[in-house]
Amino acid sequence: MSIMGTRVVRVEDPVFLTRGATYTDDLTDERLTGALHLTLVRSPIAHATITSIDVSAAREAPGVVAVLTGEDIDLPAPLLFPGANKAMVRPWLATERVRFVGEPVAAVLTEGRYQGPDAAELVEVDYEPLPAVVDVHASATDEVLLFPDAGTNTAAVYNKEDPDPDFFADCEVVVTRDIVNQRVAAASLETRAASAVWGDDGRCTLFCSNQNAQGARDEVAGWLGVDASQIHVVLPDVGGGFGAKIGADPEFGLVAWLARHTGRPVRWSESRSENMTGMVQGRDQRQTITIGGSRDGRVKAYRLDVVADAGAYPRLGVFLPVFTRMMAPGTYDIEKVDSRARVVVTNTTSTAAYRGAGRPEATAAIERAMDLFAAEIGMDPAEVRKINVVPPEKFPFTTKGGAEYDSGEYAKAIDLALEASDYAGLRAEQKARRERGDAKLLGIGVSSYVEITGGGAFAENASIEVHPDGSALIWTGTSPHGQGHATAWAMLASDQLGIPVEKITVRHGDTDQVPEGGGTMGSRSLQTGGVAVHKASLELIDLAKQRAADILEASVEDLEVDTANAAIVVRGAPGSPTVTFAQLAEREELKVKTVWDGKKPTFPFGSHVAVVEVDTETGKVTVERIWAVDDAGPVLNPLLCEGQRHGGIAQGIAQALLEEVVYDPDGQPLTATFADYGFPSAAELPSFDLVPMETPTPINPLGFKGIGEAGTIGSTPAVQSAVIDALAHLGIRHIDMPTTPLRVWEAIQNAVKEDG
Amino acid sequence: MTGVKVEITVNGRSTTDEVEPRLLLAHYLRENVGLKATNIGCDTTSCGACTVLLDGESVKSCTVLAVQADQLAVTTMEGLAGESGDSLDHPVTAAFRQEHGLQCGFCTPGMVMAVAGLIAENPDLDERAVREGLEGNLCRCTGYHNIVRAALVAAGKDPDAAQAAEAESDAARTAPGFSAGSSEGAGA
Repeated sequence: MSIMGTRVVRVEDPVFLTRGATYTDDLTDERLTGALHLTLVRSPIAHATITSIDVSAAREAPGVVAVLTGEDIDLPAPLLFPGANKAMVRPWLATERVRFVGEPVAAVLTEGRYQGPDAAELVEVDYEPLPAVVDVHASATDEVLLFPDAGTNTAAVYNKEDPDPDFFADCEVVVTRDIVNQRVAAASLETRAASAVWGDDGRCTLFCSNQNAQGARDEVAGWLGVDASQIHVVLPDVGGGFGAKIGADPEFGLVAWLARHTGRPVRWSESRSENMTGMVQGRDQRQTITIGGSRDGRVKAYRLDVVADAGAYPRLGVFLPVFTRMMAPGTYDIEKVDSRARVVVTNTTSTAAYRGAGRPEATAAIERAMDLFAAEIGMDPAEVRKINVVPPEKFPFTTKGGAEYDSGEYAKAIDLALEASDYAGLRAEQKARRERGDAKLLGIGVSSYVEITGGGAFAENASIEVHPDGSALIWTGTSPHGQGHATAWAMLASDQLGIPVEKITVRHGDTDQVPEGGGTMGSRSLQTGGVAVHKASLELIDLAKQRAADILEASVEDLEVDTANAAIVVRGAPGSPTVTFAQLAEREELKVKTVWDGKKPTFPFGSHVAVVEVDTETGKVTVERIWAVDDAGPVLNPLLCEGQRHGGIAQGIAQALLEEVVYDPDGQPLTATFADYGFPSAAELPSFDLVPMETPTPINPLGFKGIGEAGTIGSTPAVQSAVIDALAHLGIRHIDMPTTPLRVWEAIQNAVKEDG
Repeated sequence: MTGVKVEITVNGRSTTDEVEPRLLLAHYLRENVGLKATNIGCDTTSCGACTVLLDGESVKSCTVLAVQADQLAVTTMEGLAGESGDSLDHPVTAAFRQEHGLQCGFCTPGMVMAVAGLIAENPDLDERAVREGLEGNLCRCTGYHNIVRAALVAAGKDPDAAQAAEAESDAARTAPGFSAGSSEGAGA
């Protein structure tokens, strides 16, 4: 029986559950012996000119080896997003102006860990406050410029054409609404960390917590002005990323530079409050949605206008509206789709990818629009969706957003979710409660979604080597940080070669061992790196057959793999001589390297039904159940796949109900610790009901699509919709996320007032 | 800096050191004893990644000073791994593996110790009790679904039955018709 599709427990776990994983801050690597500890002095003010920095007292503090300011650093300031305005560079350490709370101003290097914060407190910085720009619409006016040399706060504009005033002319019904897709924090449990040491050979070894070793290497090398071959990036175990650990952080460059400057290894590991202002954040789009159609439920035109917040220094967040625009029509076959986006800088933490990265924003917008349209024409929201989804016979389907959807059965996914949840029963109960005048009302939300995975880099490499002892090594350019690639990639090779999973080791995240690779992001790994491992396995078999042909005195065409014995045998000739992969490896190195290039992304899809209970007296929302259909093609390991869905659903629910990074009008972050940020615990969440559905993609031979972000994309709109749905009979059509008790209670009060 | 001598039994072994009075137990375990499983994920006692047992009771070791643990016994996740240091025989760690109760692994050492502490306090757990008992331990990867299952398994419960019971109790409140498989609803 094939190992594919079975619940293989993770090979990663025995270490993780005994002595624990080894994260960057856990390293006891001897090269880091005697390392200096870096503590960064960070700006407490969002927008200000720096009038003076006095480091003299700090330099005298116990254990201090050096205190540096930006003037000590002889490196050009990095442009963190290549396409951004060249004036929008981020200084290594700010010297003239600070642009967000948390921006590094001085670097303190100490012998001991605890001495750093002590000395950092002695650094005296005088700030002359400037008006802070926090709101994106205020930023777009350019009244206060963050970068006077740039002459504008706009970092990017996508689609400069004026909107067609007659776009909705043939629609019977048109609904429009301003909505917020709020800023959230990735909040990986491991904060950012990096350690660097330069060897006698002039190379830097940089240990860091990241999702892509090769990308981080190239960026840091570029910043330091050295050849990429001089930077050796090693990723120890990584304690979660969720998109926020894509790309090197400027702190990594600083750590590497400081190690070179001082001639000693340097370690840096940030605190959580530093992380909540220093690490990139996600989402943050102000959207205007307009939807038009006919009263029979057919949507004819949809427009999405986005103003996105890049934060103070443009990073990947500047690009993400490209995905939002591409995925704007969602699962629907809409005749006319129009979208535009502007990205502006503000005096806040930079934005970049967060689980879904541009696609959840698109899904949340179109799903809100469908709900508003359904409410306007008085039709069931599930029904409206089913009328408008792309039918199966239209695949591959090129959308008005410019995407080519590979495969999908969107109506079937909705039906599966409706059936699993007994949708009709839920509606009946909702009605009964309203009629009884219950204080606790039921809300039901339905989402239909499609997303894009592997949308960044379509190709990935894999190498496999079998050893004389029968074990095997896989090298992959993907970079797991919880996903379980060591288990999954071993399963893919084991399936073809017959080598047991426990005898296969997977190497990743070390740029000397794997010089090329796209890392793990955008749910790309299985459909690129995983398929590459499959392809490498087949090529290894070809190589083995060629070598076995001589030994077994048979033609290559007559040979096959006996997976029970990890051997090459002559087909249909039981008892004849065989040769194992291990025996072949004894004679000569048995290793292949290959690249799989799918050339295209894939488009997983699904449907979620969420049921919430809304306490109308307090505004408190409780998620009671959520049924999720997440179709990403065939499932390699249900245990891992379900884990990805669970985590995604939880994060999606959290955005709908709880989480928001909040800044006050002066740009002060009000959610800079885990005591203030709405990170959900087990007590706020239910168990999740996962409904299976598997529609393969034709893009790769195994039919795999990505599953990492799907849960997040489907659950947010379902839960938000459910909250609003609970109150629909009061005339409430929209409540912005997060739908906190205060917002829900206020919506109820306003509705009751208007009614009265 | 004035050092204070502490003697702390860690995973059954006696440890001693001169420490700064402000040294956190979490840092004592990681830096002075060299046990790195215990992680630090926040600075507000919110995340629980640093949870250990102190004389059998689960505490957040970032909120305990090393000097407060003087003469007491600490158990970290390493302490569940037996003499060899690689045993997965402990019911809690075994259940976490079986139920895929971990992904990136950062919350895991604290989560495992919190579950061990929870079961020691009350072995008769249901899903709700597990969820409320783990409120002080944050996980960003798993959505808690499989952590809850692991805790139930470690407590000797059938996780499928426990989750079904919790869903039923929700259903009884939200949609009585649903749990009975009918679509008539209730009380209309």
